[in-house]
Amino acid sequence: MIDMEEKNSFFSRFKGLRFIFKYRSMTIGLALVTFLLLVSLLATLLSTHNPTFKDPSNRLSPPSREYFFGTDNLGEDVYSRTLYGGRLSFLTGFSVMFISGFLGTLLGLMAGYFRRLDFVIMRILDGFMAFPPILLAIALTAVLGGRLSNVIIALSIVYTPSFARVIRSVVLIIRETEYVEASKAIGASSLRIIFWHILPNSFAPIIVQGSYIFAQAVILEAALSFLGAGVPPWIPTWGSIMSGGRPYMTVAPWIIFFPGIVVILAVLGLNFFGDSLRDISDPKLRGVRSM
Amino acid sequence: MVPVLLIVGFVGFLLLNLIPGDPALVMLGPEATLDQVNKLRAELGLNLPVYLRLIYWYGRLFRGDLGYSIFLSRPVFQAILERLQPTLLLTIFSLIIASAIGITSGIIAALKRGTWIDRVATSLSVFGLSIPSFWLSLILIIIFGVWIKWFPVAGYTPLKDGFLKTFRTLALPSLTLGFVSSAFISRITRSSMLEVINQDYIKVARAKGLSYGKVILKHALRNAILPIITVIGLTLGNLLSGAVIVETVFALPGIGQLALSSILRRDYSLTQGILLFTATVFVLVNLLVDILYAFLDPRIKYD
Repeated sequence: MIDMEEKNSFFSRFKGLRFIFKYRSMTIGLALVTFLLLVSLLATLLSTHNPTFKDPSNRLSPPSREYFFGTDNLGEDVYSRTLYGGRLSFLTGFSVMFISGFLGTLLGLMAGYFRRLDFVIMRILDGFMAFPPILLAIALTAVLGGRLSNVIIALSIVYTPSFARVIRSVVLIIRETEYVEASKAIGASSLRIIFWHILPNSFAPIIVQGSYIFAQAVILEAALSFLGAGVPPWIPTWGSIMSGGRPYMTVAPWIIFFPGIVVILAVLGLNFFGDSLRDISDPKLRGVRSM
Repeated sequence: MVPVLLIVGFVGFLLLNLIPGDPALVMLGPEATLDQVNKLRAELGLNLPVYLRLIYWYGRLFRGDLGYSIFLSRPVFQAILERLQPTLLLTIFSLIIASAIGITSGIIAALKRGTWIDRVATSLSVFGLSIPSFWLSLILIIIFGVWIKWFPVAGYTPLKDGFLKTFRTLALPSLTLGFVSSAFISRITRSSMLEVINQDYIKVARAKGLSYGKVILKHALRNAILPIITVIGLTLGNLLSGAVIVETVFALPGIGQLALSSILRRDYSLTQGILLFTATVFVLVNLLVDILYAFLDPRIKYD
């Protein structure tokens, strides 16, 4: 019996090197994200210039051996700014994933388990989800003020409802299983059932959804900064670097091009990771994805 | 439907009224005296408590009045109508492009399951999900607008100046939004087709001598269409979010751009009107999808 469980459990599939070959796209995704994360964390070592150093004699100069990604309109090195920007963009994505994951899981567990709360929680979340995400994010950042911490709070509020929705649908399935019924029968309290039985069994979808939210938060943060509704332009995030390059896009397309490629690689890696994790944890869901 | 709209109105109203910044101050500029500001605040009803303003707003709403935009000096409903054309056309074009790319690539991926064609199509759809739409817009502008000069860089020509001109101004924005939104449709089409394609009735249809194409389009796709329709409906709802970005980059005078500028200008009634408008569209589209279900699949019945 124990042996059977070992075989079928979600985490036991990760043992061994064979996993790398078997789950190619997950390995590629993880490698991409880890590489970009490391490069951003080591920005102090890897950058060739001070990200805020302005060299007026080298304004808008194209990519060269001196400036890998070219320079912007103030003569700042786009490559170094992109490295430092990665820190803030990753920080944003990670924090948003963590906060909305925490709140979303909590709300999802409550809504899925307590049927009376379900209606109230879901209607309120529906109300939030009926807003176009970007407008909600802009409005929230306008309320809170354009600082990085406020952008993180705004994006967390935007993504909590969809997180809760996914977790709720998982809980609705798990609460009907026999082991939940059994623990009810021996008199376990609701809280114990939720946190000891239902939560551990929802880990896979939580991680999958988390990786998607991470990816979407990185894109939405970039879009917000780009529209001028996110962090102020002098703080380098991937979005704000591109936003600064917009007026010069015909003469200096590299200011937008390179940070954009980095965003795409990071988000691609996260999506690959999430997709293959979902395929591994639940083959039935292959190709399906929550919006 | 009505409860959702009530909540949207409520949340939107609270949110907007929490935004620091005073529309009266924004309108009059930094050199206005305190008296002038107070007078305008009184005229606009801004000196009333928030809950009273909310009650008045609902009261007007039930009489079909969305309010008056102080910045555009016209009724909110009229302001939205004036900006409707570019957004509506952009949405329609994008949806056509997204469905064309998504359904085609999804069917091909499902038919060639496990081959390199499947892997390319699947990777392309992940790629579509990972590309920021503003970045794709800018790259398309640089390539097709600046270098090859096939399409205008930005701006909009209304329909009355000729459909072809309008189409040219909307080509790049629609392509951007269409490609970015095709990813979901492609995925769902693939998985939905895979479920259908191994069914016995498909084999029977092939066995009785029907052509491959006919079986795929008439027998398989028709049975796989429901989840695809659902996702297309959801895509339609999400397109407006994309429109905010794309309309801003391409300088299209549509609802998305209006929404962005009205939030940044603290134009409360206009923002509120647009939020309510988009939420209504979202809810209506979902309702339409439900009705379409019963129409497409006679097995589904609503009481």
